[in-house]
Amino acid sequence: MTKLLEQIPRLRPGFRFQWEPAQNAHVLLYPEGMVRLNDSAGAVLKEVDGQRNVADIVATLEQQFPDAGSLEDDVSEFLKDAEQQHWILFS
Amino acid sequence: MTARHAMPTGDRPGIGPPLWLLAELTYRCPLQCPYCSNPLDFAQTQQELTTEEWVRVLRQGREMGAAQLGFSGGEPLVRQDLPELIAEARQLGYYTNLITSGLGLSEAKVNAFRDAGLDHIQVSFQASDPELNNAVAGSRKAFDQKLAMARAVKEAGYPMVLNFVIHRHNIHQMEDIISLCERLGADYVELATCQYYGWAFENREGLMPSKAQLEKAEAEVNRYRERLTASGSAMKLIFVTPDYYEERPKACMNGWGSLFLTVAPDGTALPCHSARLLPIDFPNVRESSLHSIWYDSPGFNHYRGDSWMPEPCRSCDEKGRDFGGCRCQAYLLTGNADNADPVCSKSPHHDRILAARQAADHATAGLEELTYRNTDNSRLFFRG
Ligand code: SF4
Ligand code: SF4
Repeated sequence: MTKLLEQIPRLRPGFRFQWEPAQNAHVLLYPEGMVRLNDSAGAVLKEVDGQRNVADIVATLEQQFPDAGSLEDDVSEFLKDAEQQHWILFS
Repeated sequence: MTARHAMPTGDRPGIGPPLWLLAELTYRCPLQCPYCSNPLDFAQTQQELTTEEWVRVLRQGREMGAAQLGFSGGEPLVRQDLPELIAEARQLGYYTNLITSGLGLSEAKVNAFRDAGLDHIQVSFQASDPELNNAVAGSRKAFDQKLAMARAVKEAGYPMVLNFVIHRHNIHQMEDIISLCERLGADYVELATCQYYGWAFENREGLMPSKAQLEKAEAEVNRYRERLTASGSAMKLIFVTPDYYEERPKACMNGWGSLFLTVAPDGTALPCHSARLLPIDFPNVRESSLHSIWYDSPGFNHYRGDSWMPEPCRSCDEKGRDFGGCRCQAYLLTGNADNADPVCSKSPHHDRILAARQAADHATAGLEELTYRNTDNSRLFFRG
């Protein structure tokens, strides 16, 4: 198995990520379901585009949030959790 | 990191926006399921909303914050303007679900809907084999058509969601049903035991499984689920058990007028798709905006909060969890929709649930004795 940092996450088919003004939050929509995401989950999933690997995503987020320090652990943990929930797939 | 946070509040203190909109486009349907949730007198329904009226409803709903949209019915495919409505919905930003029997669907339509922006098609089945399926649906060709359409849906790249309504005549098929779904490559499988409203309430004695049947089915589903998890399968099994075997009611629609808004074919706006049977005046989208319907109409405010509750709910410390259960069930079983849902063992009418359980233990009626949902039978109900 390749290391998580080198893997490329993408949304599972049928899942849509979008900003919902009425909820003032990003949401994940899927067949007959919706998860309202908190700010950090929204910030990570926003970068999941099926092109960039986890390391790139971590780097982007660390640039966006320079005060947050190293984000590798938080982001990895969240993405693993998202995979377990079957929201995303790795390739 | 946790992903969720608390629900938003809408334009009025304490009332959130209608995040889910269900558009029942029509009551017309080629099938005759004896558990259909459509009203018994559907044949009397006045004129269906026009395309323009539906577009207005979709826009208003989206402005208020609705994000999930279901097209259902009846059979929504009989509406010729479906592709137009799908395109409009997608452009507005809805996640769009089509809930269909698969009859009237074709590969060409599956692809055209995808190009118009449809997110998901749910195909409903009646059983895992053609004989039983077609007997329940009241149609000889239904099963093969459903199989073909399930495959076409997958082929077109949609997530595959298959729905089976479970009752005493197919509850022994759990393993077969799930393995059929696995072979088809389903992502989600809904095994939904009948809820007894509409035609299903009329046919309850002939549909309700016995406790023994239910326990066996639950065990089969759980075994299968373990096998799926062990093999790393992402197929998700959702088994909705009948609340008639519970001691506490379900939190119906997550609370009256809290998340769900249904618009019936003639424009009547409802807090859930069976609420039409209640003796309450519900507003119509032809006369009012969705915004005033949701926030200000007496119909939608009728059972919000808990000041309407009589005992035993009024002084019950669980009322924040189940809101006293389902108003339709209270009405159908006690004659008064304010009462506690008789599923609750604290309800003075709980004996009616116990009687139904007993009846299910001794029921012998065959499929042919059920009242099928069709126009002739509907007219009979209207005449009374
Ligand atoms: S439940 Fe059956 S009869 Fe009713 S609308 Fe659905 S397919 Fe048609
Ligand atoms: S008494 Fe009413 S509120 Fe309490 S558990 Fe029963 S149904 Fe729910």
